[in-house]
Amino acid sequence: MNWKIWSLKKSPWVFHVNTGACNNCDIEVVNCLTPKFDVERFGVTLVGSPRHADALLVTGVVTAQAAPRLIQAYQQASKPCVVFAIGACACGTGIFRTGYHVVGPVDKIIKEVDPNAIIAFVPGCPPKPEAMISGIVKMLNAL
Amino acid sequence: MKKKYKLPIIASGPVHPLQEEMEFFQLYVDGETVVDIDVRLSYNHRGIEKISESLQFDQVPFLVSRICGICSASHPLAYVQAVEEIAGITPPERALYVRTIINELERIHSHILWVGLAGHFIGYETVFMWAWKYREPVLDMLEKITGNRNNYGNVKVGGCREDLPEGIDAEINPILDQIEKKMDMLTKAVLDDPILHARLKGVGVLKKEDAVAYAVTGPTARASGIPIDVRRDDPYAAYDLVDWNVCVQKEGDVFAKAVVRLLETFESIKMVRKAMAKLPKGPIAVEVKEIPPGEAIGHAEAPRGETFHYVRSEGGNTPARHKARAPSYVNVPSFKASCIGEKISDVLITLAAVDPCYSCTERVGVVERHTNRVIFDFDKLLQLSREKTEKIRKGI
Amino acid sequence: MSPDELFEKLNTIKSSLTLFDQPLDNRIYLHCESENCFEINKFLFQEVGARFVIATAIDCEQYFEILYHYSYDQTGCVINLKCFIRDHENPQVESITPLIPGAEWIEREMHDLEGIDFNNHPCLERLILSDDWPEGEYPLRKDWTHEKEI
Repeated sequence: MNWKIWSLKKSPWVFHVNTGACNNCDIEVVNCLTPKFDVERFGVTLVGSPRHADALLVTGVVTAQAAPRLIQAYQQASKPCVVFAIGACACGTGIFRTGYHVVGPVDKIIKEVDPNAIIAFVPGCPPKPEAMISGIVKMLNAL
Repeated sequence: MKKKYKLPIIASGPVHPLQEEMEFFQLYVDGETVVDIDVRLSYNHRGIEKISESLQFDQVPFLVSRICGICSASHPLAYVQAVEEIAGITPPERALYVRTIINELERIHSHILWVGLAGHFIGYETVFMWAWKYREPVLDMLEKITGNRNNYGNVKVGGCREDLPEGIDAEINPILDQIEKKMDMLTKAVLDDPILHARLKGVGVLKKEDAVAYAVTGPTARASGIPIDVRRDDPYAAYDLVDWNVCVQKEGDVFAKAVVRLLETFESIKMVRKAMAKLPKGPIAVEVKEIPPGEAIGHAEAPRGETFHYVRSEGGNTPARHKARAPSYVNVPSFKASCIGEKISDVLITLAAVDPCYSCTERVGVVERHTNRVIFDFDKLLQLSREKTEKIRKGI
Repeated sequence: MSPDELFEKLNTIKSSLTLFDQPLDNRIYLHCESENCFEINKFLFQEVGARFVIATAIDCEQYFEILYHYSYDQTGCVINLKCFIRDHENPQVESITPLIPGAEWIEREMHDLEGIDFNNHPCLERLILSDDWPEGEYPLRKDWTHEKEI
């Protein structure tokens, strides 16, 4: 197995990007780090820059203002990079489908720059931390 | 008009990653002191008011609940109160109590979340981990009552969508007792810690006259000596049916804001207990046939301050106009008054004291005024804030 | 001030209003034309001491309405000042930001979304729409729609 993939699977470092979310998903992402769920024991840790990240945790519908920032974060992340679309908004814009300022969802924007991007969807509003952990594990097993 | 998204013209190249002003908050500094602040709100703008106009009256609560994840009980409540005022509907008493219980449970977990984040920003990691662990039982309770940890979807025009489950009072009271004990321990620790006093007192002061000029609400206002609280000033739900106190401090600094939130958590715990004890039997909603033409306002006290909704109906199925104002909309600009003159190491905790959403706080950038270069990002600000706490700890 | 005293105080500016309506004990609606708007806002903020809450702009096809919402916390009364801007082609009104710094954002928002000009606003720049949003497109106007692939 490619050693990059191996190290990603062993200890994925994640960078969180909010592209216009109500914050519920973001708080549940941070919840994953806290004692009840404690993902750090699996080697998952939040990093401060996309350049150090193996995975992007993207929340939000992708507003027109946030789209360039999402693309920039994706381009800066070292490949291979997995994009997790967390929450109903990121998976398919959810209830904000008809919003005039909404250009998402996440996979549409990412595929504009990289048609072969690896994207995983974790639906929910917000997805429970257990669902997020389960999504991450399933994705890593599929790599 | 076809909305087309255009890629940015500036290439990434050998340029600082944050140079394209992707930040929500931009602080301009002269040396180490903040001299000006700019905010770009459009990251989170989803056009909710326009979407409301295409939804039916009873679909809008699901939309507005997602304006802000952690005030997700107060937005639908304020909206529904506005519509009930237009139609002249009074929900049954049991529904008023259930609304109160859910809103106060949300306040409890929101304030504990804030305490944890404040700890995280100044380097008290144990407080962060501990606070977020102890808010979990409240979220479990909310999940038992409404089916979701956040975004409850419990309010509708005319009352509540669902009643409390059988036997919930036997489960809720032990959890409230447990949280009260833990919060008691934490509050005493905060009030007695000399390092926290040195770190937070006198920092990020919002003077009373600035608080009035910026029209702030909630704990931000109450910490600056302005005794306003929608629950007491214009009672709604069951707030005039249970006894409780408004918590006010005078100093306006970060410490005062922390004290107000800690004291309010205790008041909320007492309120939930009293509401559960006084809960009357009866229906949970009244039937609503149609919404006549008219206009009205509804407001509720969210954990961050007053949520205000204005609704206009022209007699159809959908609102003709719906204005939603979150409390952070007036509280965040006051950051200008409380942060200018502060050192960079205090920026994060001053911003956190106003309690904007976590993601907005993450998107802070510091720009050096004369060169216009972004010199610090969120991570660096976090590091500076924690270093200041360490220096104080070693000094004492 | 008690509710009666508040009522009396508001009556003193009746000559500048076109309507004074009190549908409920704690809800008051005042109507005025755009020329008197600043002076009545100043009265409500300084003389009455009410707290500015927010402003709502509404496109009524032939004219614009701006509702300035104030809360008189001592009695829980919400006072809504409805200002009519009759010129639909070129809507403008005096900015209240020099008086109430807390109104800066909402006036910028109303400018972005409804295209209303606020004279003497210290900084009427784009606030809420994205940097690449085209000029002259006001999403909250009644005749504005957009085609979108959904």
